Amino acid sequence: MTAPLGKDLLGIEPLSPDQIQLILDTAEPFKEISERAIKKVPTLRGATIVNLFFEASTRTRVSFEFAEKRLSADTVNVAASGSSVSKGETLVDTARNLEAMRIDMVVIRHGASGAAHFLAHRIESNVINAGDGTHEHPTQGLLDLLTLRDHFKRLKGLKVCIVGDVLHSRVARSNIWGLQKMGAEVAVCGPRSLLPSSIKDFGVTVFDRVDEAIQWADALNVLRLQLERMQAGYIPSLREYNRVFGISRERLERARKDILVLHPGPMNRGVEIDSDVADGPFSVILDQVTNGVAIRMAVLYLLSGAKPELAEQAKGGQP
Amino acid sequence: MSGHERRMSDVGKRALILKGGRVVDPSQNKDEVADVAIIDGKIDAIARGLAEGAAEYEVIDCGGLVVSPGFIDVHCHLREPGREEVETIATGAAAAAAGGFTAVCAMPNTDPVTDNQAAVGFVARQAQRAAMARVYPIGAISLGQNGVALAEFGEMVGAGAVAVSDDGKPVVSAQLMRTALEYARTFNIPVADHCEEPTLAFGGAMNEGIVSMRLGLKGIPAEAEEIMAIRDMLLARLTGGHIHLCHMSTKGSVALIRWGKEQGINVTSEVCPHHLSLTEDAVGDYDTHAKMNPPLRTAADVEALRGAVKDGTIDVIATDHAPHHYDEKEREFADAPNGIVGLETALAVNVTWLVKSRVITLPMLVERMSCTPARIFHLPGGTLKKGAPADVTVFDPAADWKVEASQFRTKGRNTPYQGMTLTGRTHVTVVDGRVVYRLAH
Repeated sequence: MTAPLGKDLLGIEPLSPDQIQLILDTAEPFKEISERAIKKVPTLRGATIVNLFFEASTRTRVSFEFAEKRLSADTVNVAASGSSVSKGETLVDTARNLEAMRIDMVVIRHGASGAAHFLAHRIESNVINAGDGTHEHPTQGLLDLLTLRDHFKRLKGLKVCIVGDVLHSRVARSNIWGLQKMGAEVAVCGPRSLLPSSIKDFGVTVFDRVDEAIQWADALNVLRLQLERMQAGYIPSLREYNRVFGISRERLERARKDILVLHPGPMNRGVEIDSDVADGPFSVILDQVTNGVAIRMAVLYLLSGAKPELAEQAKGGQP
Repeated sequence: MSGHERRMSDVGKRALILKGGRVVDPSQNKDEVADVAIIDGKIDAIARGLAEGAAEYEVIDCGGLVVSPGFIDVHCHLREPGREEVETIATGAAAAAAGGFTAVCAMPNTDPVTDNQAAVGFVARQAQRAAMARVYPIGAISLGQNGVALAEFGEMVGAGAVAVSDDGKPVVSAQLMRTALEYARTFNIPVADHCEEPTLAFGGAMNEGIVSMRLGLKGIPAEAEEIMAIRDMLLARLTGGHIHLCHMSTKGSVALIRWGKEQGINVTSEVCPHHLSLTEDAVGDYDTHAKMNPPLRTAADVEALRGAVKDGTIDVIATDHAPHHYDEKEREFADAPNGIVGLETALAVNVTWLVKSRVITLPMLVERMSCTPARIFHLPGGTLKKGAPADVTVFDPAADWKVEASQFRTKGRNTPYQGMTLTGRTHVTVVDGRVVYRLAH
């Protein structure tokens, strides 16, 4: 049987709208498993999965691990550090070692853009990109889509503005691709020094004023501002960033409409988002986290379809 | 034919006839089918029928092939001393010969840096030992290429250096570049300029634009090159020195050079085959064989560069041959080193993307790869005039061949053309009257 997503999930850019739809639809029944008293199905029994994290991550790693465990996979977490330029094993050697251990899937988080491609091209196992440099973070993009769809019951025609450091954000890229493929309108808003110079070529609207973005949007996806951006001189200060681009309750109230607020986490409260927004009625930030497990279960399930013996078990395990 | 008689008495001397090829020598506006006779390392005659009755000569049949002055590459990296596992002067010179180059200029970013007469002399001696293509050393502009203190141009020229450059790094200090241009005038050598504004290019891995945004790679804007190109042309105007702009890659640079030449500034420039044939799209899914500095740019840049080769705004095509160990390219894209090998694909890439696609004629390609490099770097060769050094390339401009990096003479395997079928292949390379390369059949 052919795998509906192919061998790997490296990004949202290569996915078709049908494939995205399939992942979102597949995630729906998986949500229910996490609500059960016994949160486990035998779908991936016998499958070995390595969570290979070259960058620190709590939320994404834990979310993947729960998704894997709830599907009964055997999982190993590897917290590697550094890249090939620092001392230690090169990524290609890591890949070969994993291959030699005959694992079924690798979930990789890495600081270098393209690291997931690098791995995927060199091993037979399925590779899931859990964030590579400033390239993509596809499962985050997918869980954002699922959260928006849950709330609005549609994605087509939805107006979503991504606010913040688009230049260095893999979440932004995955969101732009995913939203556009599903027929949503996408805008970005942030300091021009943190927007790619070619952003217009992506068919997105650019807002310089966050108030205009709020006025336009049905939902805001507020990006984390990496503190090192200030040290690198992209913005003068966090204080000014908060004053010009921070999402505050006053700003949202001025729009006089319901507006959904997403944030991929972890948040810098008081920088890109104020606490009363993060904890407020329009925030779906924790729904995103809940959906993250379901999306990752769906992705693991769909990728495992490449292996007939796993697919056989999956039938019995499908809720 | 008195010349013929004289040659008949030259038994025991080295004598060679390249028979019946299409002789293309733009230095004397020659494009005709003829024999080329070579005696003792010098061009002796070009005429029909020289091969008849010339029993003492070695005769190579060049029917259907082009016979031209040997190609000269003013920009390559041969890695010796310091990285002999990546390339040596011997393997680089052999690769050059296989690519139809009879002479190459070796950049000084070796380890240690080629920044003094002893180091320059070492490169020259290793080249003599290799006895393949000629290798002309380029000396560093600054000691250790650190951009601080001027290297001893005079002594390096005395030891065989033909130009100075800090290639691989920009000369950050405008004052140092000014001094280098002034000082180089004393010795009548060009200052070969790696144009890169380092703060703007910092951390960049590819061209800044839609592809870098898609791939999440830090981009290098065209302006990083153009700012230095214009700065150094202005310094050449100030000093009267000869600035040679290396590996130009952008449409904007072409416009600036055009302006500089109109102003009468003493500027020459080069472009690499890869910048004439490939765009940033070649990076694909993070292919490190498409990573070089300056990076592959856009289709509009490629178009402008081709136009500049045609109208002479860009004087020469140079390879920027940069071998790397295969391990080094087998890495995350941002961590992989810049550069590709080019000596053995340059002719074919140029024929395929420039001549076959009718951007320029074959004689013009010979001019850009042979005559003009010799002229602007004041090198012997670049002509088949009687008495000139017998540096000759014989190639088939119509032969299709598949690039197979494992067959290269260079130790490098890092080429974005791997597996491609290209047109144009070197058959014979003659240096100083000796056949240093012959295509195996």
